[in-house]
Amino acid sequence: MSVHEQFAEDLALHALGSLQGEERVALEKHLEGCAGCCRELEQLRGDMALMALSTAGPVPPRRSRQRLLEAVAREPRRVQAPARRGWWMLVPWAAAAALAVGLVVVWLQKSDLQQRIAGLQDQSTQQLAELQRAREVVSTLTATDAMRVTLVAAKTPPQPQGKAIYVRDRSSLIFLASNLQALPAQKAYELWLIPTSGAPIPAGVFKPDAHGSATVINPPLPAGVQAKAFAITIEPEGGSSAPTLPIVLVGAGE
Amino acid sequence: MSGTELKGDLTDIAILSAIRSGDEKGMAALYDRYSAVVYSVALRVLGDTGAAEDILQDVFMQLWRNPGLFDSSRGSLGPWLAVIARHRAIDGLRKRRPETDIADVVVSVEPDMAGDAERARAMEKVRGTLGSMPSVQRQALEMAYFEGLSHSEISAKTGEPLGTIKTRIRAGLVALRKAFAT
Repeated sequence: MSVHEQFAEDLALHALGSLQGEERVALEKHLEGCAGCCRELEQLRGDMALMALSTAGPVPPRRSRQRLLEAVAREPRRVQAPARRGWWMLVPWAAAAALAVGLVVVWLQKSDLQQRIAGLQDQSTQQLAELQRAREVVSTLTATDAMRVTLVAAKTPPQPQGKAIYVRDRSSLIFLASNLQALPAQKAYELWLIPTSGAPIPAGVFKPDAHGSATVINPPLPAGVQAKAFAITIEPEGGSSAPTLPIVLVGAGE
Repeated sequence: MSGTELKGDLTDIAILSAIRSGDEKGMAALYDRYSAVVYSVALRVLGDTGAAEDILQDVFMQLWRNPGLFDSSRGSLGPWLAVIARHRAIDGLRKRRPETDIADVVVSVEPDMAGDAERARAMEKVRGTLGSMPSVQRQALEMAYFEGLSHSEISAKTGEPLGTIKTRIRAGLVALRKAFAT
């Protein structure tokens, strides 16, 4: 590959770094596609290096070497060297591994928590639904405008009745009464839980409405009492600690 | 290599390898081999020992910080350092920012500068060639090389036509090449 003559002199100036302006732009553009002129430029730089040899003779002061080596020592470079591997070389890897394990544990915990939360949400939803049904039942049973009908044998005059529903384990009691007779002044009906052993336990004081209906919902009771029967008596409005005879209604458990 | 001095007969490749691996001994060996070439060209350009020493430090530290600047497949280390030192010295002389990206500088030269004897012989040959040049040609070449003057500035100083100055500069450089081709 030969040098393009029109660029020969500019190549020398370019090697010296003195070519400027449009001439430099034109030459650099030419060099992008001309291997021959690139080669000539390298040769001219080699010629420049030879030119530098003409100056050889002076040597730098002794302190210069020390100055350089001190500067080098201040800028230690530990790249590309096959460094000996100590345990500390594993620290970043160990840290990365620990982080990975930690992330897995956190992820598993998060997953477990999410499952538990989902379970609790399902349970809560179910309980809310049950509560809503219970409220509807209680609301119906206790509604003052509810029509209460007691079915008896035909041609039998209405009789006072009461129905107690008791769950021992929960000490929960619901009592429904109908066709109760009106009470004397300052008197009230009192419900009694008659245990299998021991004295009757007060289970709520109540007055029937104009139709003789009444309800008692979960009166305060001792826990886990085994009930044998339930009874109704007429007592002072404030209630009594022991039933006063006669017994108005009584019924034993099935 | 740590803990021992690098031997003087190491090749430039071995010195560069030490530098690339961060071995400070490699820089000591580099200095011992090429500091005179780099310093003398900078001193010739700048005419000031302190400034020339600064150029020396700057050029070597650039190589220490980034050994990849020099590509051994594209030239020899000694001539490359000489050319870089001359560029930096001219930049300093003209109080301008470095205009040459040293990573782009490729130097093709025949004589080996690695050995002291080779450098001494090459130096004698160069001085002989310059001495045999017509003075106007040597003057144009030296003004361009050591003073960093453009051909326009040389033309203005000497009163010679631009084209003539261009021709003399190129012819002077090529004459050096031919001296080593024979």
